[in-house]
Amino acid sequence: MKTERLPEKLLLQNVEILDPLNETNKKGDVLLVNGNIANIGQFEFSKDIKIINCGGLTLTQGFCDLHVHFRDPGYEDKETLESGSKAALAGGFTRVCTMPNTKPTIDSPEYIKYIIEKSKKCPIHIHPIGAVTKRQKGKEISEMGLMKKVGAIAFSDDGIPIQNGLVMRKALEYSKMLDVPIINHAEDDCLRCDGVMNEGIISTRLGLNGNPSIAESTMVYRDLKLADITGAKLHVPHVSTAASVVNIKEMKCSNNKITAEVTPHHLFFNDEDLLSYNTNLKVAPPIRNNRSRKALIKGIKQGVIDCIATDHAPHSLYEKETTFDCASFGMIGLESCFGIVKKILVDEEGLSLINLVKLLTVSPRKIMGFDYNLLDIGKEAELVLFDSNQNWTFKKNNVFSKSINSPFYGKELSGKIKYTISKGYLSQI
Amino acid sequence: MLKDKHLLKLEDYPKEDIQNIIETAFTFREVLDRPIKKVPSLKGITVVNLFFENSTRTRISFELAQKRLSADTVNFSAPTSSLKKGESFKDTAQNIEAMKIDAVVMRHPTPGAPKHLTDFIDAVVINAGDGTHEHPTQAILDMMSLKEKFGYIKGLNVGIIGDINHSRVARSNIYGLVTMGANVTLCGPPNLIPDNIINLGVKVNYNIDEVIEWADAVNVLRIQRERMGIGIIPSEREYRTLFGVTEERLARRGNELVIMHPGPMNRGVEIDDRVADSDQAIILDQVLNGVASRMSILYLLLGSKEEG
Repeated sequence: MKTERLPEKLLLQNVEILDPLNETNKKGDVLLVNGNIANIGQFEFSKDIKIINCGGLTLTQGFCDLHVHFRDPGYEDKETLESGSKAALAGGFTRVCTMPNTKPTIDSPEYIKYIIEKSKKCPIHIHPIGAVTKRQKGKEISEMGLMKKVGAIAFSDDGIPIQNGLVMRKALEYSKMLDVPIINHAEDDCLRCDGVMNEGIISTRLGLNGNPSIAESTMVYRDLKLADITGAKLHVPHVSTAASVVNIKEMKCSNNKITAEVTPHHLFFNDEDLLSYNTNLKVAPPIRNNRSRKALIKGIKQGVIDCIATDHAPHSLYEKETTFDCASFGMIGLESCFGIVKKILVDEEGLSLINLVKLLTVSPRKIMGFDYNLLDIGKEAELVLFDSNQNWTFKKNNVFSKSINSPFYGKELSGKIKYTISKGYLSQI
Repeated sequence: MLKDKHLLKLEDYPKEDIQNIIETAFTFREVLDRPIKKVPSLKGITVVNLFFENSTRTRISFELAQKRLSADTVNFSAPTSSLKKGESFKDTAQNIEAMKIDAVVMRHPTPGAPKHLTDFIDAVVINAGDGTHEHPTQAILDMMSLKEKFGYIKGLNVGIIGDINHSRVARSNIYGLVTMGANVTLCGPPNLIPDNIINLGVKVNYNIDEVIEWADAVNVLRIQRERMGIGIIPSEREYRTLFGVTEERLARRGNELVIMHPGPMNRGVEIDDRVADSDQAIILDQVLNGVASRMSILYLLLGSKEEG
């Protein structure tokens, strides 16, 4: 991957312009001047500027990921804001929201400022999510108001579900005046117990402790009900079970402040893939059975699930090259995301490319209140160019994260990112 | 020789190979009855017994089997407490590899640990029990003991009684017995038998009296005392009353039921003293067959190495 400053003028020539907002797809050129879109469509231009011939490529809004772990501060051996940015660019992402489960936990305005300041130099837009409760202890709500003032985009104790229903209720109520979503990693600690994978015949065969679907779906149900009585914004992260999809679908009929995301890995794998005890498939919530996987896909098609989020979770080798019970939860996901979801949702499941792109662009931006009308004259160039038809094999050299914990090596993916343009930088992948 | 280089599990293990192991075990059983109980079959072969979990009988059984076959044996035991997060499993594995050994017999508290070991080393790996996953050599010796007692395995009605969910012995026995054509019924408290286990080709019956009536043999599992009083089993006396293999229960049967137990026993809980010590119990035959079975497995996995 090569990242360099955008030239003063750059013409992206002969490209398919896919506008996910206006649902249009037409051939044309895009002229960037000083990092902004100066012209788009069919127009005259002088030949003496830098031109990239983009024949065969599709141009659209840069992708936006609501759920990444960049491990900075505290675990810089796994990822930093800089290395995470590179991984994002390689995956076509120009904007990400970072989870606060770092060391220290991002639970005060000072720490929010640290992320904001440090990410100014990064080639992508990074928005910190603050912790809902102090030190993610699930007891006292944190200084959400002060954090919002200095740039917190949402609040979450991701990784540690908020067990206490009253705390969750108070947090939702409080967040109403801030008009930001609360994101609760929904898993009932008592029900999931020592579960390390989905509970079912596969966990029985492997002798591994199962984490049942109801550990997620009952807490999702609780959160939906709490969101309903409080009127707050609730975003349900990494939905993994069929029952959660049903619950969210029902609640969405009467409440438009509820949103949900799904990860590429929950769409790609099912628990049979764990038969080899591959620790890179140990994630929270766990990879479920194929019935749940199909329900997630249906949830996307029906609009129950609003967006794709990677839950990019870097871990050191030693945390994964161990026995299954000792291995850490999580996998990296930025670099492989598009190739996975294009393959599963478009190639296999018949979703249109425009609808897929929406799940990665307009939808997540709407949830967080970001500008989602980007393909317009005068807008800062936040763009991705991909070859939607290229089949490729995911390999270690496609990874730019500091960590390499991915189960996708050797998998055939479809659709490859070629260029990402963000914050005045041009990256050639 | 056997199809798989390692013995990690009996799930999907070839029937011919199970038969071969059991047949060969009977020939080694004869060796064990001789005054001089040693054969040179594995001379020059080095085996490491890598035990990350306490074990008396399995470790001694393996060690004896290795010594009877003239293999060089090294024992490595690590207390369970040092297995917490942070210790590198990979480092341990690569250290073993560096010492140029031929086989590793591994006992580990985590399901899949022997499989992980094969990812890191070239030596033959034999699973001596991995958490709640499998204990294939135990199932082999159990099947050998059934064969010895009945002369056949196919068509036998075998009950497995106890904490199925947390039992590696149960899993390996289920796979082995189903492969060999036996009928298997599981019995125990419903919260210790996952519903989905019927997918493995077994039946579930919570009524021990019906199972005892039906079975030709029952394999009584050790009930872990740690399961008591934490909301899984209310008390020992309740367990004994509902699921204990007692003299009174057995008396209701007309003919003799064969009793097996992988040990160590909780006398007075899952099995009564008198039942354990009765003639219908083949528990000590299992122990002897354990040595013969492990000799057979070691020989079939490593025997060709010596010539090559």
